[in-house]
Amino acid sequence: MHIDPLESKWIQTALGICGLFVGLILIDAFFHNIHTPSNVETIDSASLHLSEEFAEDNLGVHRDENGNIIVRMVAGRYSFFPKEISVPAETKLTFRWVSIDVLHGVHIPMTNMSTMVVPGFVAELETTFPKPGDYPVLCNEYCGLGHDHMWSKINVVERDQWHATQQPSSGAIDNE
Amino acid sequence: MNNVIERKLALSHMSVAFTAFILACFLGEYQVFERSGLIESLGSPTVYFASVSTHGVLMAYVLTTFFIMGFGYYTAATSLETPVWKPELAWTGFGLSLFGVLLAALPLLSGKASVLYTFYPPVQAHHFFYLGATLLIVGSWVWCAIMVVMFYQWKKANPEQPVPLAMFATTANALLWLWTSAGVALEAVFLLIPWSLGWTDTVDPGLARTLFAWTLHPIVYFWLIPAYTAYYVFVPKQAGSYLFSDEVARAAIIVLVVFSLPIGFHHLYMDPEQAKGWKILHGIGTFIVTLPTFVTGFTVIASLEIAGRLRGGKGMFGWIGSLPWNNTMVLAVILSLLMLIFGGFGGIVNASYAMNAMVHNTAWVPGHFHLIFAGTSVIMYFAIAYYLWPILSKKPLFSNNLALLQLWTWFIGMTILTTPWHVLGLLGQPRRISSVVYNNLLTLSWKPYELAMIAGGLIMLSSACLFVYLLYKTQFAKSEETYAAEVEYAEPLHAVKSLPEYLNDFKLWNKVIAIYMAVSFGIPILQFFFLDTFDSSAWSY
Repeated sequence: MHIDPLESKWIQTALGICGLFVGLILIDAFFHNIHTPSNVETIDSASLHLSEEFAEDNLGVHRDENGNIIVRMVAGRYSFFPKEISVPAETKLTFRWVSIDVLHGVHIPMTNMSTMVVPGFVAELETTFPKPGDYPVLCNEYCGLGHDHMWSKINVVERDQWHATQQPSSGAIDNE
Repeated sequence: MNNVIERKLALSHMSVAFTAFILACFLGEYQVFERSGLIESLGSPTVYFASVSTHGVLMAYVLTTFFIMGFGYYTAATSLETPVWKPELAWTGFGLSLFGVLLAALPLLSGKASVLYTFYPPVQAHHFFYLGATLLIVGSWVWCAIMVVMFYQWKKANPEQPVPLAMFATTANALLWLWTSAGVALEAVFLLIPWSLGWTDTVDPGLARTLFAWTLHPIVYFWLIPAYTAYYVFVPKQAGSYLFSDEVARAAIIVLVVFSLPIGFHHLYMDPEQAKGWKILHGIGTFIVTLPTFVTGFTVIASLEIAGRLRGGKGMFGWIGSLPWNNTMVLAVILSLLMLIFGGFGGIVNASYAMNAMVHNTAWVPGHFHLIFAGTSVIMYFAIAYYLWPILSKKPLFSNNLALLQLWTWFIGMTILTTPWHVLGLLGQPRRISSVVYNNLLTLSWKPYELAMIAGGLIMLSSACLFVYLLYKTQFAKSEETYAAEVEYAEPLHAVKSLPEYLNDFKLWNKVIAIYMAVSFGIPILQFFFLDTFDSSAWSY
């Protein structure tokens, strides 16, 4: 068997490049805790409205007893519910997304708030929005002929301004 | 060698492939027009999503499967110098696949299967669509079986001999396809078909997505391997050179097959139904599978360098200028490698576990895969057609200059089409939307890119028409002149006298794949049977 010395050098270089990329991903995953939305939590999409967590008055932005901000959103053809929310900038947010019908995907452009919303599962992810502003919330998986019209708005406000604009009703505490 | 049957098989398969291709090109151009919102009257989500679904099915399943089968039959017969095993069986496979395509075309064209080519349940298509897609796959399995039988018959007749590289790669592809199509076949047979026929009421979207992911990425290598085969066995000869290394080529193909299989979860990075450990495992596999591409790039460029120097090229880069740029195969490989570099870069971004969140399901993704598929692979399909069509039809190519023009315009059109796509993705535009109706400032910045894409698409459409025209003129030329050339395979720089069995056979690799697949897909699939999951009922689109 013949392998040219130059070729074997190139193979080692290519291995080095792959090793570098894999290494960076693993360091981010295991030391900086940067992961994909992967909580494998099931839920019955057909009876979300009867569930405790995703009942109508539990949707939107809430603070739990530990002070964490939880955003519960429902995706259904062709909107995200609630239609408009307001969250603080530079603050850790936990999003919990569910679908009432088919497959959806949600993305807030220019941020890393992105997840698939698969019926039967709760998609959970943590993120922080660095900059205040109005952001669109877009459905990015084809979900039916009205898919283009499926979007809503999120208003990211300065961290110290946020409490002032917060609705009194959204101060409800969940028992998790 | 007379091989009338093989020539007829190859021509029939490739004719179906390229008919699908040209239809899909027209649909593609319509889609960039509709998306731009330039012509109001074109705005119809119903037509748009029927068109996207048909475009995807024709390009990804019909063009590729038929081209690969036709190319495989001819490569097997000519490289092994033996007739195709049981041609009547080959025709049965052809018939099954074609019937499947026609069956799926009925609901696709009448808008009853607008579920896109990824058909993610619980949005449900007409059952003819799922049945048709399944038959297309079953027909292709006949081809796989014939390739594997021919491979082993030849080995038995020529013990200790290295299997010709062209056949080695073709058989590798047949095995890859058998392994990977099993995922979507299981999804169709156990979930989608009974559900669309009304035998079952509900479907598990998480399980369906996991099974589809089993097929979804390796299928890309199924499309790519014929392009790589041409890189290795046709390009060096056409450039007037030798293949730099035969052994490393075989190793690259084996690594490609083994590691391409358990990586499908990188399509599920943003999905909630699989845990992060499995996603990281598949992510690492995705990086490993870039290795054979790195190696292939090196071997092909080295073979080209030898060609350039043999033709008098001097200095560090002088050899590039002295390559035969007027040879369609040589031009195609250069353009193909350029697009592979950019497409591959985008792929590494997609594969990067956390970075994926920024580009997942945005316009970036079709930008990336059009570079790899329509750029890297299809441009080699063109070159293979320009090379083989005259040999198959025994008539000279209608015009070499027009063929060169066609390859250049395809490359230029592709560059103009995919660059804006990548930018749009970074600006957050979702893929798979038919119009932009978001009442937001951000979306204003998308407009100019949409217009550039129309121009790129038009150039590509013209190029595609020219391609079909050239084949048509070649096939139906009235000239009495017979084209008598035969297929020529490249010789390796260092003759291969004997090979270790692991580089000349797949038995060991099939075992490795079986274990690897059991580990990487076993528990992720089984979890749906021990988790308390909830199925979905069917939804229309």
